[in-house]
This record gives sequence, structure tokens and C-alpha cells, in this order.
Amino acid sequence: MNKAALPRRADEHGVPDPFPHMHPLLKQNYGNWDWHDRPRPGVLHHVAKSGDEVWTVRAGTQRQMDVHTIRKLCEIADEFADGHMRFTTRSNAEFMVTSEDKTEPLISVLNEAGFPVGGTGNSLSMISHTQGWLHCDIPGTDASGVVKALMDELHHEFTHEEMPNRVRMTTSCCQINCGGQGDIAINVQYTKPPKINHDLVANVCERPAVVARCPVAAIRPAMVNGKPSLEIDEKKCMCCGACYPPCPPMQINGPESTKLAVWVGGKHSNARSKPTFHKLVVAGLPNNPPRWPEVAEVVKSILYAYKEDARAWERMGEWIERIGWPRFFEITGLAFTRHHIDNWHGGRDSLNASAHIHF
Amino acid sequence: MSKKQHDTPLLDELEHGPWPSFVTGLKHLATDEGKPYANMMTDLLGQLEHSYETRTGYWKGGTVSVFGYGGGVIPRFSEVAKDYPESSEFHTLRVQPPAGLHYSTDLLRKMCDIWEEHGSGLIALHGQSGDIMFQGCTTEKVQEAFDDLNEIGLDMGGAGPALRTSMSCVGHARCEQSCYDEVRAHRMIINGLIDEMHRPALPYKFKFKFSGCPNDCVNSIHRSDFAVIGTWRDDIQVDQEKVKEHVAKVGRKQMIDTVIAHCPTRALSLNDDDTLDVDNKSCVRCMHCINVMTKALSPGKDRGVTILMGGKRSLKIGDQMGTVVIPFMPLETEEDFEQLNELAETVVDFFAENALEHERVGETITRIGLANFLEAIGVDVDPNMVNHPRTSSYIRTDDWDEEAQKWFERKGVAANE
Repeated sequence: MNKAALPRRADEHGVPDPFPHMHPLLKQNYGNWDWHDRPRPGVLHHVAKSGDEVWTVRAGTQRQMDVHTIRKLCEIADEFADGHMRFTTRSNAEFMVTSEDKTEPLISVLNEAGFPVGGTGNSLSMISHTQGWLHCDIPGTDASGVVKALMDELHHEFTHEEMPNRVRMTTSCCQINCGGQGDIAINVQYTKPPKINHDLVANVCERPAVVARCPVAAIRPAMVNGKPSLEIDEKKCMCCGACYPPCPPMQINGPESTKLAVWVGGKHSNARSKPTFHKLVVAGLPNNPPRWPEVAEVVKSILYAYKEDARAWERMGEWIERIGWPRFFEITGLAFTRHHIDNWHGGRDSLNASAHIHF
Repeated sequence: MSKKQHDTPLLDELEHGPWPSFVTGLKHLATDEGKPYANMMTDLLGQLEHSYETRTGYWKGGTVSVFGYGGGVIPRFSEVAKDYPESSEFHTLRVQPPAGLHYSTDLLRKMCDIWEEHGSGLIALHGQSGDIMFQGCTTEKVQEAFDDLNEIGLDMGGAGPALRTSMSCVGHARCEQSCYDEVRAHRMIINGLIDEMHRPALPYKFKFKFSGCPNDCVNSIHRSDFAVIGTWRDDIQVDQEKVKEHVAKVGRKQMIDTVIAHCPTRALSLNDDDTLDVDNKSCVRCMHCINVMTKALSPGKDRGVTILMGGKRSLKIGDQMGTVVIPFMPLETEEDFEQLNELAETVVDFFAENALEHERVGETITRIGLANFLEAIGVDVDPNMVNHPRTSSYIRTDDWDEEAQKWFERKGVAANE
């Protein structure tokens, strides 16, 4: 038997050790930092207890990167940052330099190469996002495209620290919401029950698992045209799309019926208030590639109302908490509808059980 | 010779504007003369343009894996392969990055070289669970690509009903607010449970996330089943001279408006001499004042972690934040880390044996109640686990004295320690 034909057994390394890849100055001062400040937008300055100082220059990327873009980042890291770099959870590239003199030339090089410098402090950071049409098997929209279109429009807010507090935006291409919670979240919201291809269900779907997946028990087994399939009680169905991943013949998406919704006030940090979920403010926006102008308009109206009106250090949700939802809808010009009132389990906890009224 | 490019008028619109364009990157790959991936990327662009035109996705899943592992590859087969044959298979390899997302350019270049040889040349840094996503590989090339990535020290991440790739914040490497060694905790727990990642056998996904302080930069409370968040239990460290400098710089009004008034538990007060009065017993370690006054204030010295469990997004019972399960666990010594590791193993074992199919641990906790969950994993109840005690009278209390006795015994033991 040809030995070379045997498959190679993997080395189960697990999580790679970061220390061989970490900038030497970070490694030397690991766990021994003292304080930091921000000399300008896009630059962090950290001082270690040893007295060592490091300046970090943060730049936005497109997340889905071709090898040429990654090699360009490597060239820049070799020239300025001793051959090391890191990424933030929001796909920003960070270059650590050991002298303040290097920051301005580094910023120039990044800008020339098309990477905007910013995303620090009270700015809008890169939008965290999902896969979309490029790679997902259940997407209602594209993710990279929405993010590119929005970040083009909101570029100034990335490169400047002019917001009351940090702004974290997310997008998601289905209601599973892989993009996560955000100060502003742009998520697909389906509007029609799935259309079932009864010819395929029996072969493709594990029917009991699909029935069990439905949050409102709207799916039941049925014989359709002599074939075992599934049927939907369309009066019960609230169009969440939960059945679609385990059963692709239950197509939830439609070019017209897949809409976008905007949610606000999500927060992960524990600073001041406890973490919060984002809340629905607008649905029914058209899924309009390549630049989704209707979404951009709503996002900008909310973002600039917050920028104008919130007090220092208030996050989006904390600002709305203070001014009240009536004023939020008034300032942004958005409609408050019956669909804003939560009727899911525990939804009554979101209702106002007091005489606290905003006028 | 490269294949003729498809017309992509809609995607072309995304080449304009100041933000870096992924479309320009895709086109660069599609027109790389003589590269093995050029034709694949040409048809990928064609299919993506078709999605933009028709507002419909065209990928379906399947089964692809590497030798010895059950997960980590996300298979994608095109439903429109007839029109775009070269990208008919476009699988992703989810690969775990170094903890804290630190890279040497040497590692990044090797990743590029491997992906240029075996894949599409397209790499996403990073996915929402923290994976390096090597996007675009044929079924035939998946094993070779993985072998080469594995040779340079990288390993497959999680997918499906399994332990998932984890994330930790920059933490100890560059942040003075970090309260524990995130890299150590992250690698200890994930590498100890790595079999659960590589050979999926859990009821559903299970995610750990590691944040060095309550600012929670990796979004662990909502986005993980097991959130490890750095904190401290002694007093905030205050450098009063630097507090005075801060007040002198920004003025009393701004100091009061942006620091004192934002304290969620009214634990701060500005003294007449512009020093800070901290009521540490009322402080909940929210981080706000420390975030604003980075030179004057820092976390205390008696450090450890708060652990929350059960965070998740909507499916199926609705969104859930994690719930406090361990209000404080010291995390400095070898024994402390061992204790954390044991807790992680206990919880994953309990989840594996007791969760229903497709149930996250947050849903298990909701289904059986937190008190039963705590009993199962051997953790005592604590008032830090609730916003307030129950408001419903629907509870049987005939063993009240016995339960109260447990509390007094624990308090007695703690008082004698």
C-alpha cells in the first residue's frame, strides 16, 4: 500500500499560543499596564508600569479580505510595527508602534493604501456583520454590501470621535441575528410564511425536527399530493424563518417579501447601565442592493439625532431611556405602531406599569 | 488564461466610496492571471452579481470534513452551478486564531500562501465567533488546505452542535483594566475540551467567551453560553492627586455630570477638596468612572472573575442574556485556574447529558429553573444571581427552615474562615 496515500492525522493544537505572534513590547508588559489615553482619533497610547509606552494605530478593513490586501497590511506592519499586528473583534486592524513619531507616517501610509484610521473612543466603529449572499446558505440580504454602503456614508463618524459615547452597529442577514446586539442593528425581517416545495421535503428534511423547531407550533406533518410533507398554519406563523435552515424547501425569502428592520439601544458593556437588548424601531424597509439607500437614510436620522441630543457618555439606549420613547419617535420622525408592542413570552415586562409619562 | 469576467454593474457600485471595498478585492483575485483560483473567483463574482440582481441567495449546505474531525468545514454548493461552474463548490474552513487575535506577519503570509495554493485567496478576519474564515475551497482541496494550515500550528474551529471557537479580548496584552490572564483561561478551557469541538456530539452549540473586565469587549454576556468576565472585590484604586488634576483640567461641572452623576449605584461623591469619595460597598464594578478617568482610577487588587451562563440570540424561546452563576471566583493561582477548568467541564458535561436536542444551556436553565441547574452543577445560591427575589407566590416552601439553615451554615463557615 502506498504510504503517501494515507490521510494525514491532524495535530490537535487547539487555540494557538499568541505569545510567538504578539508584539514584543506587549509580551514584555503582559499583565502590567498602568493607564492609557487617546492622543487623536484612531490612536491609543498605553503606558506600562515599567514605563514602556506603546501607540496603537487602528484602521478599518473590509473584513472579507483578498490575500493581496492582507499582504499589504503585512508590509505596513513590517515597516512600522516590527512585523506584528492584531485585529479587534470588529475586524479593525491594529498596529503597535514603540515611538510616537511613527504614528503620523503610519497613518499616512494606511490612508494612502485605502484603510481609514479611526474607530477608537467615542466614534462609530466598524459594523460587525455576517456572511450574506457571498457565503451563507440562508441569507435574506448581503452583509458585506450593506456594511460597505453604510461605512461609506458614515466614514466621518469612524475617523472622528464626535459621538456622545461609542457607537456599535451590527447587521444580520436573517433573524438568527449572527451580527449580534447593537446601538443600531440592521436585520432582515421576513414578512411572509415560507413557501413549501412539497416535492423535496420528504427527501431533504427530518420532519419531526422541523416541527419541533417552530416557536409557535405552526408546522405539522401532512401528506401533500401523495407525498409526506409539512404544512403551515399561516394564521399562527409569525415568519421568523426558524424552519428554513433545517428544511431548505421551506423557502422563507422572497425578493420583495424579505424586508429590513432597524433596531436600537442594544449594549454589551456593563458600564453605567446593565447590558440591554436592542429594540425594534422600523420594519418594512426594502432590501435594495447595491446601496440600500432607504436603510442608510433611517440609520443616519437616528445616529445624528443621538449625536445632537445625547449627553456625554450616554449610549444610544441610555439616551432614549432619558428622553423617553415618545420623544425618540418625534425627533426621528419614525412611526410608532402596534407592531412595536411586544407580545412574546414575558413581553408584558416591557410595558409601562406606572404613571411615568413623557410629555 | 483567465476566464472572461462577468458583467457586474451592481457590484461595481460598491467599488466607489472611502471605505475599503471587498468587491475590489474579489475582482483582484478573479483577474490574477495564472493563479489557480482566478476562474473560481470569476464565477463567484458572477453568482454574487446574480444574487444582487435577484435578491436571492444561491448556496446550499452539505457534508464535507477532514480526516479525523467531524466539524469545522462549512460546505457550500452552488444552486446555480450551471451558470457559474467554477465556483460550484465554495466551502469555508473555520480555523482558530491565536488567542487575542495577535499575528506575526510571518503567520499571516503563510496563511495567504496556503490559501492561494489550495483555496480562493479570500480570507475573512474574523467571523462572529472569532474564527479565521478561509472562504472558498473545493471538496477535493479541503484536506490539503487543512493539512498545510495544521502544519503551521493552526487548528480547526467549531461548527454544528459542538464546542465553538472562543474569543478573548486584548486584555493583559495591552489593557490596564484587565483583571485576569485571559489567554491562559481561554487556552486552558478550550484546549481541555477540544474533543467537543472536533467531534461534534453535544445537543447544540456551546460558546465560551473571555473578557478581562466588565466593559466586556468580546460581548460575552449575550453572545456566549459561558461568559468569564474579569472583576475585583476590594476597593477601586484611587490616585487622589490625579483625581484633582482631572477636576482641574475638565472643571467641577463636567466632573459631576460625566462621572459622579453617571454612577449607577450613587457610590461616588466629589469632596470639597476635589478628591473622590468612593462607597465601595455600593459599587457594582460597572467600569464607567474608570473608563473616564483612566489615569486616576483602576480596578482593585483582589482580582478574579464573574461568570454568567446562558446568553443566546432568539431561536427558539427568545433572546437571553447570561445569568450570574458565579458572582466571584479568584483567578490568580494555579488552583484558581484549576477550579475554573473543573467548573467548565462540569457545566459542559451537564449540558451534554441533560439538554434536549437543539437546546442551548440558557434554554435548559429556563426549562428546569436556575435553582435546579445550580444544584446539578454544585453551586450554592447567592443573592447576586437575581435582580430581586421572586414576586410570584407560586412556590412550595415546606422545607424553608432546612434551606435557610444551609444559608446560615455557609455564612457561619465564611465567618470562621
